[in-house]
Amino acid sequence: MNETQIKDLKKYSTILRKHIIEQVFSSQSGHPGGSLSCADIMAVLYFKEMRVDPKNPKWEDRDRFVLSKGHCSPALYAALAEKGFFPKEELVKFRNIDSFLEGHPSMRYVPGVDMSTGSLGQGISAAFGMAMAGKIDNKDYNVFAILGDGELQEGQVWEALMSAAHYKLDNLIAFLDHNHLQIDGKITEVLSPEPVDEKIKAFGWQVIAINGHDYSQIIEAIDEAKKTKGKPTMIIAETVKGKGVSFMENQAGWHGSAPNKEQRDTAIAELDAVLAGMEV
Amino acid sequence: MSKGIATREAYGNALAEIGADSRIVVLDADLSKSTKTEVFKKKYPERFINMGIAESNMMAAAAGIASCGKVVFASTFAMFAAGRAFEQVRNSICYPALNVKIGATHAGLTVGEDGASHQSIEDIALMRAVPNMTVICPADGVEARLATIAASKVDGPVYLRFSRMVAPVIFDENTYKFEIGKGVTVSEGTDVAIIATGTMVSEAVVAAEQLKSEGISARVINIHTIKPIDKDIIVKAAKDTGAIVTCEEHNIIGGLGSAVAEVLVENYPVPVKMVGVQDKFGKSGKANEVMKLYGLTADNIIAKAKEAIAMKKA
Repeated sequence: MNETQIKDLKKYSTILRKHIIEQVFSSQSGHPGGSLSCADIMAVLYFKEMRVDPKNPKWEDRDRFVLSKGHCSPALYAALAEKGFFPKEELVKFRNIDSFLEGHPSMRYVPGVDMSTGSLGQGISAAFGMAMAGKIDNKDYNVFAILGDGELQEGQVWEALMSAAHYKLDNLIAFLDHNHLQIDGKITEVLSPEPVDEKIKAFGWQVIAINGHDYSQIIEAIDEAKKTKGKPTMIIAETVKGKGVSFMENQAGWHGSAPNKEQRDTAIAELDAVLAGMEV
Repeated sequence: MSKGIATREAYGNALAEIGADSRIVVLDADLSKSTKTEVFKKKYPERFINMGIAESNMMAAAAGIASCGKVVFASTFAMFAAGRAFEQVRNSICYPALNVKIGATHAGLTVGEDGASHQSIEDIALMRAVPNMTVICPADGVEARLATIAASKVDGPVYLRFSRMVAPVIFDENTYKFEIGKGVTVSEGTDVAIIATGTMVSEAVVAAEQLKSEGISARVINIHTIKPIDKDIIVKAAKDTGAIVTCEEHNIIGGLGSAVAEVLVENYPVPVKMVGVQDKFGKSGKANEVMKLYGLTADNIIAKAKEAIAMKKA
């Protein structure tokens, strides 16, 4: 990784964060906290790693992406729009009655969305299915997924983890967006899934722990996952919920609430300052 | 009616028959010997995936596989396919309208000895309430084979409801035409129409013969596709006979009886009597004993037919 690539990714993730704030602000609903925590991972996936073609969203040899924590759709829509799957002007219509940008991602309506998600636990199973199909057809695509840490409370996640290890799906690379918060508070207080690393390892996965806001670490972990044969990889990304917007960071209250005008202005100003700082 | 094969067996055989199509992938949840998907597994092991006893994961995984251009058949007992995995079927399969066929076997009371925990009497209601879903309940082995083949050619979700027990042969395998969404007039009649699905079609045939000997002309209609339902054949039956009896191995709430009543109240209201499980859980016993205990018999169809006719005259 050279300086320019890192700078590019920082720029993209900041732009994604701005899109996230604008979407949730314009619809006055949605989930900013978890969208912001996975924005750096999304930037690496869509602007560095994934083999996708915005002009041919259903290209059969493309890498797949499943946002298992589907409520963080603003992060996915931001990446898809910025990548060119649909016009960026659509983003501010998020959750509107006349928009195709549903509250949770729909593969029927949104170009580039590979699986409809929203009901927690189901996306990782679908990602397993896509990886399985790749093996059946001897395709060389990879399937990427992002899970929430609260999502681990869904029993279906563990069914999917067990299955992916059993079928040795080394083409499945999942991220755990480990931001430690869910709607009702800390995950360890609501219903602790810890220790997540040992549990997931025990389910037969390669586990790599990283800082989920460090681009080099994200990229190195994906490289390691791609090199590993015979087992799927879970990249446990230590993240900060609300990352990048000072007053949203580490606040469970920003899981599913929208900023008012003043808060939106503050957030955008902070993110613009990051972009401006990069120009220097 | 001669002894045939169970609809689940016809399903397994049909999967093997159409399995040369490399798009077909079959999933099962540790029940391949019972659901008969093992017939496919033996012929095409590379496209058979045992998902273990994890039906929720199986349904969402089926969606993922289908999203990659495959025609996926996912099988388990009806109880777990439509019951346990309901929300996966709804959100991961039906909402994105993915190409997944759910082969749900051991539906209804004829599961017999396993008892109420395994006797799915709600699956038709659940599955037909979900947008984008097609619901098919074959009456015999001939129809089950054709339904499986037809479902494989539909681009979208289909729920196929199969039964455990050997089914009498109703249809001629050389001449029977099956079309999704088209009801079948099994025999003509003018006094009452008996509209049946699945295992109850053969009972309806027996009932109509008995009624004939008593001087009552009963039409028998097989509704193999409960959704989309054949409105025309139902409305015509109401107009021609003025009295309807519905028969299903399912709760009378939400199943075929409800679907027929929905068509009639909007188009041509006539008296309707429903033969089905009267909103009770099943119980253990031999299949025929359980069916008798819950009134799913030709005798009860005859009694209900007479009641419907009496209501018409009143």
